[in-house]
Amino acid sequence: MTTIIKNRQAVADDYTLLTLAEGDSAETVALPAGPLLVPLAVWQVRKADLQSRGTPVGVWLAAGEGPEAIADDLAALPVVGVHFPKFVDGRGYSTARLLRERHGYQGEIRALGDVLHDQLFLMARCGFDAFALKEGKDIAKAVAAFETFKNPYQAAVDQPQPLFRRRAA
Amino acid sequence: MYRYDNYDQTLVDERVAQFRDQVARWKAGELSDDEFRPLRLQNGLYVQRHAPMFRIAVPYGMLAARQLRCLAELGRRYDRGYGHFTTRHNLQFNWPKIEDVPEMLAELAKVQMHAIQTSGNCIRNITTDQFAGVAADEILDPRPLCEIMRQWSTFHPEFAFLPRKFKIAVNGAKEDRALTWFHDIGLHIVKTDDGLVGFRVIVGGGLGRTPIRGEVVREFLPWQDILSYCEAIIRVYNRYGRRDNAYKARIKILVQALGVEEFGRQVEAEWAHLKGGPATITQAEYDRVTAFFEPPAYQTLPAIDEAFVQQQVKSLPFARWVERNVRPHRVPGYASVTLSLKKPGTAPGDVSSEQMEAAADLADRYSFGELRVTHEQNLVLADVEQRRLFDFWQEAKAAGFATPNIGLLTDMIVCPGGDFCDLANARSIPVANAVQARFDDLDYLWDIGDIELNFSGCMNSCGHHHVGNIGILGVDKGNEEWYQITLGGEQGNDAQLGKVIGPSFAAADVPDVIEKIIRFYIAQRQEDERFIDTFRRLGADPFKVAVYGDKARLKAA
Repeated sequence: MTTIIKNRQAVADDYTLLTLAEGDSAETVALPAGPLLVPLAVWQVRKADLQSRGTPVGVWLAAGEGPEAIADDLAALPVVGVHFPKFVDGRGYSTARLLRERHGYQGEIRALGDVLHDQLFLMARCGFDAFALKEGKDIAKAVAAFETFKNPYQAAVDQPQPLFRRRAA
Repeated sequence: MYRYDNYDQTLVDERVAQFRDQVARWKAGELSDDEFRPLRLQNGLYVQRHAPMFRIAVPYGMLAARQLRCLAELGRRYDRGYGHFTTRHNLQFNWPKIEDVPEMLAELAKVQMHAIQTSGNCIRNITTDQFAGVAADEILDPRPLCEIMRQWSTFHPEFAFLPRKFKIAVNGAKEDRALTWFHDIGLHIVKTDDGLVGFRVIVGGGLGRTPIRGEVVREFLPWQDILSYCEAIIRVYNRYGRRDNAYKARIKILVQALGVEEFGRQVEAEWAHLKGGPATITQAEYDRVTAFFEPPAYQTLPAIDEAFVQQQVKSLPFARWVERNVRPHRVPGYASVTLSLKKPGTAPGDVSSEQMEAAADLADRYSFGELRVTHEQNLVLADVEQRRLFDFWQEAKAAGFATPNIGLLTDMIVCPGGDFCDLANARSIPVANAVQARFDDLDYLWDIGDIELNFSGCMNSCGHHHVGNIGILGVDKGNEEWYQITLGGEQGNDAQLGKVIGPSFAAADVPDVIEKIIRFYIAQRQEDERFIDTFRRLGADPFKVAVYGDKARLKAA
């Protein structure tokens, strides 16, 4: 059980994050029991297995993997993870927006990897609603970041109208 | 110029609070240096050779007198009494303490200024023509659209961590004064035969280590679509730009790798989903912002002021200043004046706190309280009455702003170089000063005429040396400072990159080399030919012979 931020609160989470270690193959890697978040490669080769387990299964995308790869499966996925190898690698922001705005995904989008306090506000704007904060970081403090800016300028997932369409005349 | 409403002010105030908290968490060890670095960079704060460097945004170059007074006061209180204007309209302080920056940001917020996204791998300050709104060759004042784009790019949630920095320039006139061919996105405002206004969109230009002239990705884009189209471009870049090598991470490398046609195809495919969406600019928003850029309350004046003509006849120094530093205005009886920040012997682009206040006073008394920062590192007062130019000139002279050298050899673009900058391979200011000293004879300088000399202390090219008619680049050879010369670069509609003429030189030899180039030009020029025209006519080889002597002759043969 780990603690993540979901809907702006610290909550206990029972998903196991599966990663492929050196020498593991997607075809044969052992699948732990219980809710599981698997790499795209594992999902692609073992979709039927995973779906017959009777426990929730989500897919996580590496930074270079786009939402197009799971577009047809989204209805079956309660969670999509988006991995940030380093917090300065911003590809995941586009991934999340595309999941929400292009593919209409309604489930949980969880930020994984190098996820830090100061990026939460931006991530939330792009459609992330769950955050596995990097280990050792203060969750209680970090949730304040969602309130950083009250009325940002651009349209995004959280506010589909840009400020110029909302400004009081 | 644009004035913040409650929304704009709140966002900037919230930014100050955010950064104050980030500095506190960094001091408390909750943020590592690596985690703090991109955050401080996106507030313009670098850690430099001697002290932090703090870069303040001057959006599309527009500066109110009260803002300049605030900068003067910050320079006095937190720095050493001066600042430095950069080629992207920003102002840099070289000596503040990191701990003081939140307070400086709070002071700036009071005058509707900030340092948002003046560094970092995000969308940077948008730049434009310093004569926007007053230029006779203008198609449309680009500033309202620049402001709309400024707001769109500010804290853009998807594009805060791009592969590399991202610079946009907009030009609204027939002549390109914004270096649009050398930006990540360059925009030309164009009008169709049917009277439709839009943009020619250029992508993938840039200077730096790999200088590339941008390419047109779309000939005409309706102005209403500029935000969604930029989102499409930058999304393609954010997803597919290289992140494995910082030197190959700019959009120009992606455009080159794909070819502009394939890149454009991907952008159009992305844009097909965004086109017509909520980011489409409304007429109401355009009108709201444009109202801030309405012409000031001009007097009705004769096109030519007789006293002004007589003053030029009587005073040669005044006439010279008028010829170089004063530009015709589209309104009869007015002129636009450039204050030279290139007085020989000073660091180009530097301005003391006292000078900032003097410039603010001039702006208040002569030019409706507004100034513009040019990418050539000078200041412009855009709306001065002709009949007051003589008084203006005397005051500007007293403040050290009236060197009549705009567009001449001593009006160089120069980066801060190795005296301040951590990245630099070589010092630029002392060598630039040595070249200025060599050409200190005003008659000679005038005889040489229009020429652009640009100087960068390293290949990051902040001094735009690639597009100087003469470019000087500081290079490091075995821990020694050397200087490479390029010739033939040009800004404007025919923007081109200069080419290196041969082996580099020691600092002490640079003035001699420049003088050889200039002497050769003077000997070869026909009638009123400018330096760049002579160079285009003759080609590089004879200039190489003039510099390197027979060695170059053998090579050329």
